[in-house]
Amino acid sequence: MYRYSDFDAAFVASRNSQFRQQVERRIDGSLTEDEFRPLRLMNGLYLQLHAYMLRVAIPYGTLSSAQMRQLAYVAQKWDRGYGHFTTRQNMQFNWPKLSDVPDILDALAKVQLHAIQTSGNTIRNVTADHFAGASADEIADPRPVAELIRQWSTDHPEFQFLPRKFKIAITGSPNDRAVTKAHDIGLRMVEQDGEPGFEVIVGGGLGRTPMIGKVVREFLPRADLLPYLEAIVSVWNLLGRRDNKFKSRIKITVHEHGIDDIRARVEERFETLKPAFNGIDQTILAGIEAQFAPPEFRVAPTDAYDTAYANDPVFRSWADTNLAAHRAEGYAIVQVSLKKQGETPGDASAEQMRLLADLAERYGHDELRISHEQNVILPHVHKSDLPAIHAELKAQRLATANIGLISDIIACPGMDYCTLATARSIPIAQEIATRFDELKLEHDIGALKIKISGCINACGHHHVGHIGILGLDRAGVENYQITLGGDHTETAALGDRTGRGFAADEVIPAIERLIHAYLDLRDDRSESFLDAYRRLGADPFKAALYPEKQESRANAA
Amino acid sequence: MPRIYTPKVVTANALIEGDVIYLTANDSWTRDLSSAEILTDEAHAQLRLLEADSRQAEAVGAYLADVKPGKTGPEPTHFREDFRRTGPSNYFHGKQAQR
Ligand code: HEM
Ligand code: SF4
Repeated sequence: MYRYSDFDAAFVASRNSQFRQQVERRIDGSLTEDEFRPLRLMNGLYLQLHAYMLRVAIPYGTLSSAQMRQLAYVAQKWDRGYGHFTTRQNMQFNWPKLSDVPDILDALAKVQLHAIQTSGNTIRNVTADHFAGASADEIADPRPVAELIRQWSTDHPEFQFLPRKFKIAITGSPNDRAVTKAHDIGLRMVEQDGEPGFEVIVGGGLGRTPMIGKVVREFLPRADLLPYLEAIVSVWNLLGRRDNKFKSRIKITVHEHGIDDIRARVEERFETLKPAFNGIDQTILAGIEAQFAPPEFRVAPTDAYDTAYANDPVFRSWADTNLAAHRAEGYAIVQVSLKKQGETPGDASAEQMRLLADLAERYGHDELRISHEQNVILPHVHKSDLPAIHAELKAQRLATANIGLISDIIACPGMDYCTLATARSIPIAQEIATRFDELKLEHDIGALKIKISGCINACGHHHVGHIGILGLDRAGVENYQITLGGDHTETAALGDRTGRGFAADEVIPAIERLIHAYLDLRDDRSESFLDAYRRLGADPFKAALYPEKQESRANAA
Repeated sequence: MPRIYTPKVVTANALIEGDVIYLTANDSWTRDLSSAEILTDEAHAQLRLLEADSRQAEAVGAYLADVKPGKTGPEPTHFREDFRRTGPSNYFHGKQAQR
């Protein structure tokens, strides 16, 4: 696995000791909150509704077992025994005390974890396909490039005070699991005449003004990546609307200037910048790549797996739902659900984290991934080890067979934690998951993505959920707006608003009506909710959501 | 006729713990909304907020929150303040666990 260089370690250590002094000065009263706030945000420390929150970066979603164990240690020693994995491949601790944060950061630095650029108007933690380096459908592992971008963007002097936050996602697979079209820059690996490169997408984003990203360069040769990224960020750094926070993201710049104008400016800037990158970046990349070499895959019989699959229906259901195809013969990608029905999506207890670390160490070439869907992945597992893994997961309530199903919900912290929230998200997720589990319909319904945000900032990706739920405050009451038909993959689409919102106690019945309508309308089991929505349009689904309208129409006729 | 002023309390987050605190009539901070000072006069409320704001080494982000007088002291009028005085709904953590 990739190890940070001595340079990185020294950099993190010096940032931590600076921050320790800043915290001391805040506590002794020599810094005001106005002075301290930007400093703590630079180190991933927010103040939430009930406590501070520390956001720790998990670059490109990859963790070693030692890192996972250290997260568990932090959760137990300084927090309330758990942590929250987010859609941005970060871990958030919800209860640290200000005076403990310097110690927490030092503990994290021991395993090369940190909170740098997880907040503020900088280039944020680069996210990547969580199956990177393991998936059968991939052109190449995108993580070496993601690591190169991390090195280039960390403390980049020109990009510390950008107009707003800036998020980059990368995938090496044609099946986009990294939501590249909803990022400021999305990178998709492609090949042209056998040469590797990238499709560069710019100006995607969710939030108040959701936009699907546009292609700024169809094919960018691999070696040109950094100067091209630098060109995009520097063009936006000048043009971006610093006068208005709501118009400052690059998606608005692209929208206001048009993609052709932006492309022309980027290409011009790129010509200027390119000679400055004299190949050193490619030398560094080659060094990084060597460290991302795939593990030595085992060649072994899969009898243990075949027997369990044939004889144990619980194991079979889990295997059918939670495994994905691996590039190596005899291997599988294990998706561990952090969505047991009724639990908080994305939360893991310290004991669960330790078990996951142990499993990765014993069976998984010491690798773990965090998915943007708030689950944990064991990317490299030999099939013969799966029955043992499944048994251990079961003991820690981690064997829920629901990946990609209705209870595998993305939910942001909402008003249970977040100061910006207009309503809660977590209880809605818990209730939907519990309800459909009771109905025993989950597997029958099949592939379905529900995504919930507690305000228009859209941290829960609701715009790209097949069913999106947005929590709002309507005259002092929590109210939930539903969108349908969103898609976060390579066929990205924003969901359509259906109509008036629902009170908290109306949401679950509304979703139930919607799902029953889908079950009635689908051609057969192979037609997913999204496919049926695309074939039939919004009308029959709206009719299910708002039956009273139908009645009043019938009465009028 | 003078405009009716919605009663308020001064609330903030504690500097070290980050949890929700309220200003009492005797200038101490309490973690319990029902012990907070109810402010019914706008000018006085503004003054109390300024005083709270100047206590930078104790409190962060002081503001005035609407309340209504209840049997045991002030009660929230909005669900956000209700969550702030209680804690999250997914775990028995925060204020509800400290009572
Ligand atoms: C709890 C503290 C959090 C705060 C204060 C916060 C704040 C924000 C804000 C203000 C935005 C909108 C930015 C803009 O459009 O300019 C945003 C977007 C976003 N946040 Fe959060 N967020 C928080 C937690 C989270 C969590 C827990 C997740 C993941 C579960 C997350 C993931 C995202 C994503 C994916 C976006 C939208 C994509 C985009 O347009 O960049 N955030 N957040
Ligand atoms: S979507 Fe809103 S409520 Fe949810 S975490 Fe983001 S800012 Fe908070």
